[in-house]
Amino acid sequence: MLRIDDLRVNYGGIEAVKGVTFEVPEGEIVTLIGANGAGKSTTLRAIAGLVKPASGRIHLQAEDITGLSPDRIVSKGITLVPEGRHVFPDLTVLENLKIGAYLRTDSLEDDIKWVYDLFPRLKERSWQAAGTLSGGEQQMLAVGRALMSRPKIMMMDEPSLGLAPLVVKGIFEIIKEINRQGVTILLIEQNANMALHTADTAYVLETGRLTMSGTGKELLNDEAVKKAYLG
Amino acid sequence: MEFFISTLLFGISVGGQYALIAIGYTMVYGILRLINFAHGDVFMVAGLMGIYLTSSLGAYLSPTTILVSLILVLVLTVLLGFLIERVAYKPLRTAPRMSVMISAIGVSYLLQNTATYVTGGQPMTYPAIPFLSDTITVAGTPIKWVVILTPFLVVILVVALTQLINHTKVGMAMRAVAKDFETSQLMGIKINSVISTTFVIGSALAALGSMLYFTTYQAVTPTAGAMPGLKAFVAAVFGGIGSIPGAVIGAFLIGICENFVKVLPFEGATTFVDAFTFALLIIVLVFKPTGLFGEKATDKV
Ligand SMILES: Nc1ncnc2c1ncn2[C@@H]1O[C@H](COP(=O)(O)OP(=O)(O)O)[C@@H](O)[C@H]1O
Ligand SMILES: [Mg+2]
Repeated sequence: MLRIDDLRVNYGGIEAVKGVTFEVPEGEIVTLIGANGAGKSTTLRAIAGLVKPASGRIHLQAEDITGLSPDRIVSKGITLVPEGRHVFPDLTVLENLKIGAYLRTDSLEDDIKWVYDLFPRLKERSWQAAGTLSGGEQQMLAVGRALMSRPKIMMMDEPSLGLAPLVVKGIFEIIKEINRQGVTILLIEQNANMALHTADTAYVLETGRLTMSGTGKELLNDEAVKKAYLG
Repeated sequence: MEFFISTLLFGISVGGQYALIAIGYTMVYGILRLINFAHGDVFMVAGLMGIYLTSSLGAYLSPTTILVSLILVLVLTVLLGFLIERVAYKPLRTAPRMSVMISAIGVSYLLQNTATYVTGGQPMTYPAIPFLSDTITVAGTPIKWVVILTPFLVVILVVALTQLINHTKVGMAMRAVAKDFETSQLMGIKINSVISTTFVIGSALAALGSMLYFTTYQAVTPTAGAMPGLKAFVAAVFGGIGSIPGAVIGAFLIGICENFVKVLPFEGATTFVDAFTFALLIIVLVFKPTGLFGEKATDKV
């Protein structure tokens, strides 16, 4: 569904992503794992249109979407849940959901209900400013907000970052549930254990290059992966 | 007592006029963290446009020609604000904030110099606007209607603006962009159009402000925007820059304050009024550094 060919991204003189090629098949959960600074976020940011790739192509189905502006990418059905959640702290929970549907002009009622069914905690806090939510709740809101654009593909940048293990478990359950409901997921994580348990397909990213790939299970049992990422 | 009432009325009125300018400063700061130094000059240009448009539309100023030219002033000022942002600020979106500030100062001088070129530096007289320029006697003092009406108009505009910001989609986008460019983009918001909208609103209010202000104080010179602009800027800082209610309240306080300082019973009060007003504000800022409604950490310029 999403195909990345030889993607290269530079920041000034530094090459953060050095020719990455992978695919995200429709309906799957795909994960990119890797250490801090490996270029995971940069890859997602390039797909989302936040940074322009130096070279390489990004295709959504047959369409070349390389270098489109972020709003065009959203309108194509790709959304990014950013690293660190970045909910709008002064907006209410409901406003955060509505702004997730910024490009839509149809009725949002069903989708708000959908998100509230996935995250009943958010419904209780509908009128609260998002800044007053706990970290886990903010992550739920960031996911819910992304879903409001009715994405085909939801990209998630380290959803487990800074959350308690139990909360992380809940988030991953929801990710699987969302995937079952038909949303393709591209997930990047330092928390390799959770990610590999959840993913259909997994890739390892090391200093800007993909060094390994396989099913989540295969990588979980791989000695090198065990040593480097599951320690 | 009569004296007190007329001083208060003038203070509230000029405060309201400052408020219309201050909103533009505070909104642009809120979204770009930029002190738009050209804003006061946009206000001045709006004043000049009012003069040239009315006079070019005919020697005899019927209410219709005045109305048409004021609408034109509004449209052209909005266009000017929009263009300034596109030409002088947008290309510097990722540049250090200092560069944008210098660009703003450059635009400020460009507008002042152009005004000098066009007017020859002579003070121009703002046309009398039917009804607004007429006087009534309040508490024994003749006062123009514009002085009476300004605060009401300002309150209506501010209420409308707050409704727009708090209860419309574009307002929600403005609040989002003010907080976080990148995440706003991820929502599909085109930040450049939101920024343009902000300049459009700020310029429109400055244009309305110029009509009210120059109807009261009729002389328009190339630097006529500098002092009101500075006062409005200080009002915005005083209220807590980035906050619209703060800017409005700050502007009214400054307007009232300076009018009372002006009539203090000692020699030089009129001459030193601006210094007094500023000193007063500094004292307030010593005790409340972020202003009345300011957030904890504002970036210093
Ligand atoms: N805005 C930026 N400017 C300059 N360098 C950056 C920027 N963002 C990331 N980098 C660099 O690019 C590399 C990859 O970063 P990133 O994609 O954030 O890694 P990851 O998400 O895997 O931790 C790192 O070396 C990082 O320092
Ligand atoms: Mg990262």
